[in-house]
Amino acid sequence: MQAHQRMLDPTPNGLHSGESPLLKTVGLTKRYGDFLANDSIDIDVWPKEIHALLGENGAGKSTLVKAIYGLIQPSAGEIRWQGEPIVLSGPSEARSRGIGMVFQHFSLFDNLTVAENVALGLDGKESFKDMSARLEQVSRTYGLPLDPGREVWQLSVGERQRIEIVRALMQNPRFLILDEPTAVLTPQEADQLFVVLERLKTEGRAILYISHKLEEVKRLCDTATILRGGKKIQTCNPRQETAASLARMMVGGEIREVKAAAGRQTTIPRLVVNDLSLAPDEAHGVRLEHISFELKGGEILGIAGVAGNGQDELFAALSGERPSKDPGTIVIEGIAAGHLSITKRRKLGAAFVPEERLGHGTAPRMKLSENALLTGHAASGMVNHGFIDTAATLKTVDKATETFDVRKAKRDPEAASLSGGNLQKFIVGREILRNPAVLVVSQPTWGVDAGAAAVIRQALLDLAAAGAAVLVTSQDLDELTEIADRIAVMFHGRLSAPLAASEATREKLGLLMGGSSLEPKEAAHAVGA
Amino acid sequence: MQLVLEKRTERSNTIALVSPLIAIGLTIVTMTILFAILGKNPFLALQAYFIAPLTDSYSLQEIAVKATPLVMIAIGLSLCYLANAWNIGAEGQFLIGAVAGSWIAVKTQGTDAGAWVLPAMLVLAAVAGALYALIPAICKVKFGASEILTSLMLVYVADLFLDYLVRGPWRDPHGFNFPTTAEFDPVATVPLLIEGGRLHLGSIIALLVVAAAAILLGRTIKGFEIRVVGAAPRAARFGGFNANQLIILTFAVSGALAGLAGIIEVAGPVGHLQPGISPGYGFTAIIVAFLGRLNPLGILIAGLFLALTFIGGEQAQIAMKIPLDVTKVFQGILLFYVLACDSLILYRFKLVVPNRQVTRGAG
Repeated sequence: MQAHQRMLDPTPNGLHSGESPLLKTVGLTKRYGDFLANDSIDIDVWPKEIHALLGENGAGKSTLVKAIYGLIQPSAGEIRWQGEPIVLSGPSEARSRGIGMVFQHFSLFDNLTVAENVALGLDGKESFKDMSARLEQVSRTYGLPLDPGREVWQLSVGERQRIEIVRALMQNPRFLILDEPTAVLTPQEADQLFVVLERLKTEGRAILYISHKLEEVKRLCDTATILRGGKKIQTCNPRQETAASLARMMVGGEIREVKAAAGRQTTIPRLVVNDLSLAPDEAHGVRLEHISFELKGGEILGIAGVAGNGQDELFAALSGERPSKDPGTIVIEGIAAGHLSITKRRKLGAAFVPEERLGHGTAPRMKLSENALLTGHAASGMVNHGFIDTAATLKTVDKATETFDVRKAKRDPEAASLSGGNLQKFIVGREILRNPAVLVVSQPTWGVDAGAAAVIRQALLDLAAAGAAVLVTSQDLDELTEIADRIAVMFHGRLSAPLAASEATREKLGLLMGGSSLEPKEAAHAVGA
Repeated sequence: MQLVLEKRTERSNTIALVSPLIAIGLTIVTMTILFAILGKNPFLALQAYFIAPLTDSYSLQEIAVKATPLVMIAIGLSLCYLANAWNIGAEGQFLIGAVAGSWIAVKTQGTDAGAWVLPAMLVLAAVAGALYALIPAICKVKFGASEILTSLMLVYVADLFLDYLVRGPWRDPHGFNFPTTAEFDPVATVPLLIEGGRLHLGSIIALLVVAAAAILLGRTIKGFEIRVVGAAPRAARFGGFNANQLIILTFAVSGALAGLAGIIEVAGPVGHLQPGISPGYGFTAIIVAFLGRLNPLGILIAGLFLALTFIGGEQAQIAMKIPLDVTKVFQGILLFYVLACDSLILYRFKLVVPNRQVTRGAG
C-alpha cells in the first residue's frame, strides 16, 4: 500500500537505484484452470538493459508481460518494482509507475489522426495543443518522424508502430515492454528501431524485448531469458550463445533441418498470372495492380512483403474467393481460370492454404473430418451422388495425422481444440494429400512452434520435388530464403520481378519491401506511392 | 468469490442434450412462482398443464395433431437458422399456403372433381409458401434488406389477405355471415388415420419430413453446406459454398414446409378456411426449433412438448380458470431459458477466488 503514495521521479536520469533491479518477478505463476501458463518465473531486469524474452508460441511470454503490465493478475508470486512488492490494479497503474508497453497488434483508430490516437491513449490532463506539441517534440528527439495531422489509414505499418512507440514514450516510462516489434517491419525499418532502442537504453531505461528472432536478439540484447512451456529455462548473455544453442533452449531439443531434394527439375508452367488488377472490395483495402508471374512445376516462388500490401487480396484472387471478370488473368494447368470459382479451381488441381487457420482455413467448431470435407468435397471422392462418404473423410484425417504427425486428444476432435501448430499441420496435410498440381499457401508457419514449422517447410519442399508448383506468401524472410527458389516482393498492391534466392539478400528484399526500386537510376527517390 | 463463464475447449455434447431439459426445469420453477402469484395452486396447475393431457386418448391424439404443423414448420426454420438465415415469417407462409390450397378446394366445391384435388392442394400450398418466403430472401440477397424485418412484416400482409378473402369473395353464402368458407368437400379433406379419431395423414407427412431432414443434415453435402455456412461463413466461402444461394434455398424450403403445414391444418382438423386457423404456430415453431437444438429428432420431441402446452393450457383454462395467455407467457419464458442454457454448451460456470488474496497469501 505504501507504494501507492510514493512519488515518482519523472526524469529518467535518477534511475540508478544501486544494487536492486528495476523490476523483479519472484515465483510469478499464472494458472488457467489446470493449465500453468507461467510456472514460478523469476526474472530481474536492470536499468540500462535490453532484456530479451525468448520462447516459442505458447511458452508463456505474453502471459508474463501481461502480468507485469497489469493486464492480468498473477495466481501466485509477486512483482517487485525497485525492490518493493507491488500489486497492479491495471495498465493505468502500471503506466503511472513508469511501465509502458507496445503491443504487437496495434490499437489505433483508422479514421482518426495520429495526434487524436495518441490523445486517446494518454491519461491526459494536458490540452490537445500542448499534447500535440509534446508529440512532435518526442518524435523529433527520438528520430521517429510522425505527422500528427495525418489519418492513420494512410500510414504504413512501420509508421503505425511509431505511433504506438511515441505514445508509450510520451509517458516517459522507465521500463518499456515491446512485443515482437520487428515482426511487421522491413529489415531497414528494424535497424532504425534498434537505434531508438539503444538510445532509450543509454538514457537509463530498461527494455523487455519479446522476440523469437535469434539473430536480432544476439545483436540487440544484453540479457536473454528463455521460456519454454511456461517455465523459465535459463537467463544468459545472448552474445555468448550461438543461434543454435538459443534455439535448443527454446525448443528443448534439436530442430529437424529442412532439406531440399538435390537436382530438382522445373517442368511446365502450372500457374501463370497475367497482368492481374483488382479493385479492393472494402474501404482501405489494397488495389492489386498489374501482377504477373509464372510458376513452373518443381518450383517454389516466395512472396515477401510487409503485411497489408495486398497479400490477402492476391490470395483471394488466386483462390477464386474473389473471381475476376477476365478469365485470362489466372491460368492454372494451362486453363484460363480467372473467372472460375474456388471449387472449379480445385478441380483443375489447385489447392490453397489461407493465413487464418480458424474461421478461414477451418470451421473452428466442426470436426476434423468435416474440415477435411470442406476442401475435399470438390475433387477427392468424398461425395457420392450428394451423399457424404464419412469413411473417406475420416481416412483423410487419419492419413494427415500419420504423415504430418498431427497431435490431438482423440481421433476426430473439433478443429478449435488443436494447438496452432498441429492444426496447421493438419490443414497443410489435408491439401498436400490431394496431390495438388499447384499449391498457394499464405503464412505457412505463422505462430507455429519450431518443430511443426520444420515439418511444414519440409512438406512444401517435398511437394515441389514431386513436381507441383508452390507459391508461398510469408513475412518471414528467413523462411522464404530457406525454401524458395525465387522471391518477389509485394508493395502497395504491386509485385516486383522475382529475384533468384541466391541473389535475394536481406538488403535487397528490405529495399523492395520499403517500396524502393533496385534499379540504380531510380533508387535515390522512389520511396512511397 | 466470483462466478465467471469460462470457454470450453470443445463443445460439450452432454450439455447439448441436457440443456433443453434444464431450460424446461427452470421454466417450470418460474411458472410455479407465477401460478402462486396468480393465486392458483401451482401443483394443480402444473398437473393440469402437463399430466392431465397425457391421461386420455383424445388429448393424446390432439397433442399429435397440434404437434404436426409445429414440427413441419420448425424443421424448415431449423434449416434457415443453421444457415444463418433468419426467417421469422413462417406464420405468414403458413397462412399463404392455407389460402393457396384452399383456392382449389373453393373452386372445386360441389363439382365432381376426383381424387386429384387434395394432392393438388398440397402441392400448390407448398409452392405458394415457398414463393412467399422468397420475397424476403431475394430482398436480402439483392438489396441487403434485413430478412428478420421483411419476413415478419409479411406475416401481417398474409393475415389480412386471408381475412379479406373469407369476408369477401370466398365467404360461404349459407354461413350466416360468419367469415368462413364452406366446409371442404371430402376429396379436399386430409383423411383421418383412425375412423372417428382426430389423428390425420398430416402427422405421417410430418414424420417423413423429420426423417428427410435428418438424412439431409447428417448425410448429404447439401446439409453440410447449410451447417458450415452458418457456423463459419468465411470458411464456407473458402470451401466453395455460396451463402446467398443457401439463403434462397433454405427460405424456399422452409416456406414450402410452412405452406404445406397451413393447408394440412385447414383441410384437416379445421375443415374450412377462416381467420384464426393458427394459434401462432409459425411463431411457436421458432421456440420448437431452438428447444429441439435445430436437430430434426429434437424438433420432433420439442414439437410434442409445446403441443402439450397448448392442450394443457386449454385444460387449465377450463379446470382452473387460468387465462389462455399464460400459455404464451410459458412459451416465451421457455425460449428465454433455452437460449440462455445454450451458452453452457460452449462455456462453463466457474467459481473464482480473487487473485489478490492468493498473491498476498503467498507473499
